[in-house]
Amino acid sequence: MHNMQTVVDLSRWQFAATALYHFLFVPLTLGLTFLLAAMETVYVTTGRKIYKEMAIFWGKLFAINFALGVATGLTMEFEFGTNWAQYSRFVGDVFGAPLAIEGLMAFFLESTFVGLMLFGWDRMSRGKHLLVTYMVALGSNLSALWILIANGFMQSPHGATFDPITMRMELSSFTDLIFNHDAQAKFVHTSIAGYVTAAVFVAGISGWYMLRNRHMELAKRSFRMAVLFGVFASVGVISLGDALGFIDGHAQPAKLVAMESLWHTRTPPVGFNVIAFPSQKQQRNLYALKIPDLLTPLVTHSMNTVIPGADEVEQNAMVRMRDGIPAVLALKTLSAEPSNQAALAQFDAHKKDMGYALLLERFAPDLAAATPTDYERAARSVIPDVAVIFWSFRIMVLAGFAMLFFLGLGAFCSLNNKVHERRWLLKLAPWFIPVPYIACEAGWLVAEMGRQPWTVYGVFPTWMSASTQSVAYMVFSLAGFVLIYSIFIAVEMYLMVKFIRKGPDDGATAMLAH
Amino acid sequence: MELYAILKVIWWLLLGVLLIGLAVMVGMDMGIGAALRYFGRTDGERRAVLNMIGPHWDGNQVWFILGGGAVFAAWPTIYATAFSGLYVVMLLLLWSMIIRPLGFEYRSKLPSPVWRNVWDWGLFVSGLLPMVIFGAAIGNMLRGVPFHFNWDLESWYTGSFISLFNPFAILCGLMSLALALYQGSAMVMNRGDGAIRERARKLGLWAGPAGLILFTAGGFWVARLPGYVLTAGDDPAGPAMPLHKTVEVVQGAWLHNFSAHPVLWLVPALVYVSIMAGVWSLQRGWSHLGWWLGALGWIGTIGTVGAAMFPFMMPSSSNPSQSLTVWDASSSQTTLLWMLGWTVVFVPIVVIYTSWAFWVMRGKVTPAQVEGDDHAY
Ligand code: HDD
Ligand code: HEM
Ligand code: HEM
Repeated sequence: MHNMQTVVDLSRWQFAATALYHFLFVPLTLGLTFLLAAMETVYVTTGRKIYKEMAIFWGKLFAINFALGVATGLTMEFEFGTNWAQYSRFVGDVFGAPLAIEGLMAFFLESTFVGLMLFGWDRMSRGKHLLVTYMVALGSNLSALWILIANGFMQSPHGATFDPITMRMELSSFTDLIFNHDAQAKFVHTSIAGYVTAAVFVAGISGWYMLRNRHMELAKRSFRMAVLFGVFASVGVISLGDALGFIDGHAQPAKLVAMESLWHTRTPPVGFNVIAFPSQKQQRNLYALKIPDLLTPLVTHSMNTVIPGADEVEQNAMVRMRDGIPAVLALKTLSAEPSNQAALAQFDAHKKDMGYALLLERFAPDLAAATPTDYERAARSVIPDVAVIFWSFRIMVLAGFAMLFFLGLGAFCSLNNKVHERRWLLKLAPWFIPVPYIACEAGWLVAEMGRQPWTVYGVFPTWMSASTQSVAYMVFSLAGFVLIYSIFIAVEMYLMVKFIRKGPDDGATAMLAH
Repeated sequence: MELYAILKVIWWLLLGVLLIGLAVMVGMDMGIGAALRYFGRTDGERRAVLNMIGPHWDGNQVWFILGGGAVFAAWPTIYATAFSGLYVVMLLLLWSMIIRPLGFEYRSKLPSPVWRNVWDWGLFVSGLLPMVIFGAAIGNMLRGVPFHFNWDLESWYTGSFISLFNPFAILCGLMSLALALYQGSAMVMNRGDGAIRERARKLGLWAGPAGLILFTAGGFWVARLPGYVLTAGDDPAGPAMPLHKTVEVVQGAWLHNFSAHPVLWLVPALVYVSIMAGVWSLQRGWSHLGWWLGALGWIGTIGTVGAAMFPFMMPSSSNPSQSLTVWDASSSQTTLLWMLGWTVVFVPIVVIYTSWAFWVMRGKVTPAQVEGDDHAY
């Protein structure tokens, strides 16, 4: 036997590391493609060369970022199979579909047209090139749509049922799969998060140029477009974030518990913890700073809906574990004799709680002999890591409002044509560049760690999801990823900084001569 | 035949189409990457070669990504079992492949010769290694892979990583590399001039015959390999459940389909005809024709493997009765049907805009031209 828990933990570390790394490059791609398209639109409609210069300069930075997005996405496409084989077999019938459609509909579009966008300036009419740029923007955002439909299924599974004969989830309704509320809200929130990222990125670099009195024309215009785009985007990301919290309240009560550090169920309205130091062991907050009565309206959009705390969530889980056991036992019988009617009936009667029994199996490998302590431990595992999620969530929200404030100020000054005189704003701008990145990574920590202990919420637990690798292989692959990805990011940052310092000049003058 | 069985066969054919698309398009780019240092002696020449596929390599690469996605959607049990079983090999494949995007995008961004040299070697590795691994993986499917399932279909791979690099698999890997070099050479001839074109022609004339020799050797070898025969229990229209059938291992069984349906011999014959004709056309300088004949050669090669193995997809050497077949490794009928719908709608669209992209960027690429273009790699 291999050491199963260690392999699962290492697989989680590896997936988290590679996905978070991939998502360092994704947001800029999502947003910058639209900014490029906007700049080019102005160029095509007004014919002013400066906007073409802008599109070409920012396009260069885009390409440096894009290469790493592609490289790191490539490994992710196969990582479900290499590291989450049991998961992949269990949900592939459902989950594989959006991934395949993503390739067919989005990646082909984006990748084919990105070549034309970067290389085709002199090969087609202005109008055609503009269309190409829009196709790139559309392609990257469609890829976000499909991958988030896939992820939305993990967060709140709709459109599939478990088949006891093939022993996996099977697609029951394709429309339920794609019109999943969680997926829709996630898509809008995440892609707009990308727009905010691009806006802050462009504004930051433009500010840096203006401060040094370099490339003033280009920087002023880029700054203005970026902050205007960014103000709308940050309002959007905040309101969709609110919608996501609302949906989580219904779909994933345990995640809400963690986001708000809510250990006990209380009569509404309950207060909002601005600051809390939760203790997972003692299941309480060591310290909490509260705003009374605020949480209930925030997450339920009403004053008298009860929000279940950790205690109630655990209690419900225990009931469902007990009820799910006969389903798992029936499954064993069905594996050997698929036509056993008694086992089928037993499975059907208990199938809705099967996932909870699987969760219990981690602590009680012989389900029939599960002790109260096993139940207790399994129930506690239903609550994800509260401290990390609570704080990641607050970091994201704080970042969101800080960026709204900054972009709003920028827009105000820019519309008054005063930005280049507001040196404090220009000094501040580059410092804001890391903020959207931090918010995005924090957001994924909330979404994905908050989903634990499940890979498919309420249906399939993480501890059964990993491949049956040896610990040695896992250590090898994790070390390999860390090594390769560290080299990659060093190279990328070096080029990025070099090209930013160099600025648009030389290429642009050659260009204007055309 | 029932609908579900028909859908399984259609998706088996579509998997073949994907593998062929991947072999032709990605193989071509990888062949060019692997031979970059040979095609181009000076930095200017190398840049010219890179820019021949510069606008297209990423679009081509989607064949590989879509391959992953489509196997996931249509053959989830294979996606899970094969990629986790071949873990270390998969990682070597992916790690070598991801050098490529950076190689293309970053190589010419700095003038330093050391920098460019490093990326040229990177492109060499990320062209050579993936093609060898791709061929070797197919070779290992023909040999059977040691894996089995628990009662709940948890899969266990019991072989070592080194055993995947057995002589037969390496032979298949080299064959795949040879065809990739051929395909890359034809493309460089299409779009290159002067010395570059001449070097590409030489390599193509060498790689084509090498591929044929390896294909022939592989054929004789397969005839003596143990093959797999389905004896009972796998209902073509039944649920996708691989635990309830029996399979026998018989020496030379991979030829059974050919003796049952002699018309199938046309498939391997296609490889001979098209590669020989292809070499002849490269000789005469008709590289466009040579390129298309190379693509036909790939169709024959992958078709031959499919024809030999059907209905097996991933045979288990340690527990043959748990081998994965067309009948028991697929998705449900609903999923196969939906995915077929998406494919029918989107594949023509993809083909149209991809052709347009190649057309827009058509024409010769020369070092002088690249030198003067601010947008080139
Ligand atoms: C919200 C958006 C989003 C999310 C959650 C993910 N990705 Fe991604 N992905 C993109 C958005 C994106 C993108 C913006 O479309 C990229 C970045 C650069 C690019 O080429 O496209 C991309 C690239 C990209 C590529 C390379 C495409 C190409 O060659 O053009 C692959 C194969 C994947 N991704 C696969 C994945 C997988 C398997 C994910 C699951 C964890 C994942 N991505 C998460
Ligand atoms: C690219 C953006 C993403 C990031 C940054 C991200 C982040 C994470 C993190 C931090 C974990 C580890 C959670 C833990 O083990 O505590 C994780 C796990 C996982 N995520 Fe994501 N995720 C991303 C996108 C997705 C998407 C879109 C999907 C599905 C389509 C997905 C599927 C998974 C799976 C299968 C695991 C492993 C099993 C598990 O631990 O639950 N992730 N991800
Ligand atoms: C007031 C502001 C915000 C609120 C209320 C909010 C709310 C949320 C919530 C509840 C989630 C978890 C979704 C889940 O459980 O699946 C989430 C995820 C996420 N957030 Fe935010 N968010 C805010 C601002 C931001 C900002 C400013 C960014 C980045 C610029 C951002 C980026 C993300 C990302 C990338 C995810 C993960 C993907 C997803 O689950 O959709 N968020 N956000």
